[in-house]
Amino acid sequence: MSPLAKLLEAALFAASRPLTVDELASLEPAAGESDALAALGELRRLYTHEDHGVELVEIGQGWQFLTRREYAEAIERAQFTLRTRRLSAAALETLAIVAYRQPVGRIEIEEIRGVDSGAVLDKLVERGLAEVVTRGEGLGRPLLYGTTPQFLEVLGLRDLDELPRLEELSVALRPPAPAEPE
Amino acid sequence: MTSAPAVQDHAGFVVELEQFSGPLDLLLHLIREDELDITDLPIAKIADQFLAVINELGLNQAADYLEMAARLLRIKAQMLLPRRLEEDEWEDPRSELVRHLLEYQQIRELVDWLSRAAARRAEQFGRGFAPEPPAAPPAPLVIDLNDLLAAAERVIALIPEPVLHRVVPRPLDVEGATSRIEALLAERAEFGWRDVVGERAGIVDVLSSFIALLELAKRGALCLAQPEPFAPIVIRREPPREAA
Repeated sequence: MSPLAKLLEAALFAASRPLTVDELASLEPAAGESDALAALGELRRLYTHEDHGVELVEIGQGWQFLTRREYAEAIERAQFTLRTRRLSAAALETLAIVAYRQPVGRIEIEEIRGVDSGAVLDKLVERGLAEVVTRGEGLGRPLLYGTTPQFLEVLGLRDLDELPRLEELSVALRPPAPAEPE
Repeated sequence: MTSAPAVQDHAGFVVELEQFSGPLDLLLHLIREDELDITDLPIAKIADQFLAVINELGLNQAADYLEMAARLLRIKAQMLLPRRLEEDEWEDPRSELVRHLLEYQQIRELVDWLSRAAARRAEQFGRGFAPEPPAAPPAPLVIDLNDLLAAAERVIALIPEPVLHRVVPRPLDVEGATSRIEALLAERAEFGWRDVVGERAGIVDVLSSFIALLELAKRGALCLAQPEPFAPIVIRREPPREAA
């Protein structure tokens, strides 16, 4: 195991959130991004092949040690960690719209959902899953929202590209059918 | 938690208020229930069903649902308008709603995907105790009937048993008060309400004194003044003389 891999292992062990490659590379002044990536690869192989209780996961635009799924029940039962609160259907609907339409304003979200969404949106911001990313043009310069790294973390995603592409969904959204000439 | 007993009368069609995240969700539910073709929506049928359900659930108070009901009825009316066959400019009044429904359906599919992803992620744990998330402001009040009743019961339990109060007839002593005030008038040109009733006056004393004061004022023996609302009443011996 290379000295850099051991250093990164220590940092990842100590951290309670995913660490980005940049953050990891900055631990060793002589190391660049590619060195960090190589060390991460080494670590990941080690934890995958040597049969550990934890694995090194690429998540939320960073890397993190997570316990293996097979121990979920035991750890949950023992309550060693804080339970993550589940997201309501309304919260997930709003998140889905924010994720796919970002930057998106409250009005557009409400148009798609057909219900008032201000409170849900505020809650998502409080939980750090969505944030104001910019202001829109137009009347009142509305706040526009986007997802956060925390959103990726909660869903176990590496980045937004891991979300399903709209074309892959069974309901493909067709543009309003134009009056076709016979 | 036990689920609420199902209503049997409605041919097995049981919906719960909490189940729907909005009118579009309810509409999709009705469409799926009857396996209707979303792109060729039998608008009259779906409008009637929608109205029946929101009535039944008491959702006809909720603006979002009412708005959708109005929209459905408008489309239903538009569909009934006669149109000439050769008219190729005709735009299906349902198209906007259908587009909206499809868009929403897509979102619902994403919701399924996201909740599966979140559930999978929840099977893995990171290091140790994450710091407590910052305290959120209180959630909007959500309370069910049982909680409300239980709370009411707790409050009621705190109220002491009603103490029976024996009513003793005690007529107002207006004459006594009048002579007391007259004595004061003889002594001082001006005095306050407190001087009349004393420090710890009972309700009977207050009433007696007040009536006596009004009576004496009517007789012109004294003058009542109150510098401002709720200020102590000032009693003067005689009405101030008008400037000559």
